[in-house]
Amino acid sequence: MKIIRKISLLFPALFYSLLIQAQDKPVQMADTMRSNGRIYVVVAVVLTILSGLILYVARLDRKISRLEKESN
Amino acid sequence: MHKSWWKITSVVLLVYTFIAGFLGNVPHLPLLQETIRNLYFHVCMWFAMMILFTVSVVNSIRYLRTFNIKYDIYARQYAVMGIVFGLLGYITGAIWASYTWADPNKAAANSFSTIARDPKLIGAAIALLVYFAYLILRDSIQDMDKRARIGAVYNIFAYAILFPSIWILPRILPSLHPGNEGNPALDVKNDISGSMRLVFYPAVIGWTLLGVWITTLKIRLQLLNEKKMSA
Repeated sequence: MKIIRKISLLFPALFYSLLIQAQDKPVQMADTMRSNGRIYVVVAVVLTILSGLILYVARLDRKISRLEKESN
Repeated sequence: MHKSWWKITSVVLLVYTFIAGFLGNVPHLPLLQETIRNLYFHVCMWFAMMILFTVSVVNSIRYLRTFNIKYDIYARQYAVMGIVFGLLGYITGAIWASYTWADPNKAAANSFSTIARDPKLIGAAIALLVYFAYLILRDSIQDMDKRARIGAVYNIFAYAILFPSIWILPRILPSLHPGNEGNPALDVKNDISGSMRLVFYPAVIGWTLLGVWITTLKIRLQLLNEKKMSA
């Protein structure tokens, strides 16, 4: 059973190389961040802003919790 | 942080919104093009606003039933957060409209007179102004009980004008804004595509929960203040 699973895991890897062969674009240093019109860069920027805001709100939350504890 | 499961839900849904919102599949429509992704942001602002205003009016009614000053504070803070979302919705809508409704041959500012005449925009502006008036009215009264009572009654009136100004009037009049026929963004058959709905509904919930989170912080601060004053 284990061997079958291992072999089945191998299949995607094999097909993946086929996929790479299929796209023979001219020189493009296509790591993820530069693909699809570099949309991933936008996603990274937006997620950074979101996480910053969320962290800020979470810290405020904790501060107010502490104030509440003190006043009780 | 107390009772944090829904805060975590909000964060998870928002992260999902931002990832799937930019990378997910969207229908290719003329004029709209990639701006259709604004559905996950602009439209969600209005949904969050409507939900927060509803929570606000419910708290006003609760105040009038119990005369517990706590509910007055709830109602006011939810209304403020609703206004914040409404303003964000208005600003994002203005940006979106100036690149989709405006005449591409003119500068965006020159099409302003056509766009500004749109009934949906005027309705939304009226609704927001009515809520500004709520804040001014409530906060200008010194006496605590009077303030709470008049504020609560006015809040119910404000909610009542919200319906005709953003849901009924814009649908009677011709408008550039989509979703005039039937139920905007909730029409299952012929509105937004299925793959967009997978992102849109979680986005609405995520944004709304974020608004609720910030509101609860403000409420807790306000309650602390009241306690300090009375102590």
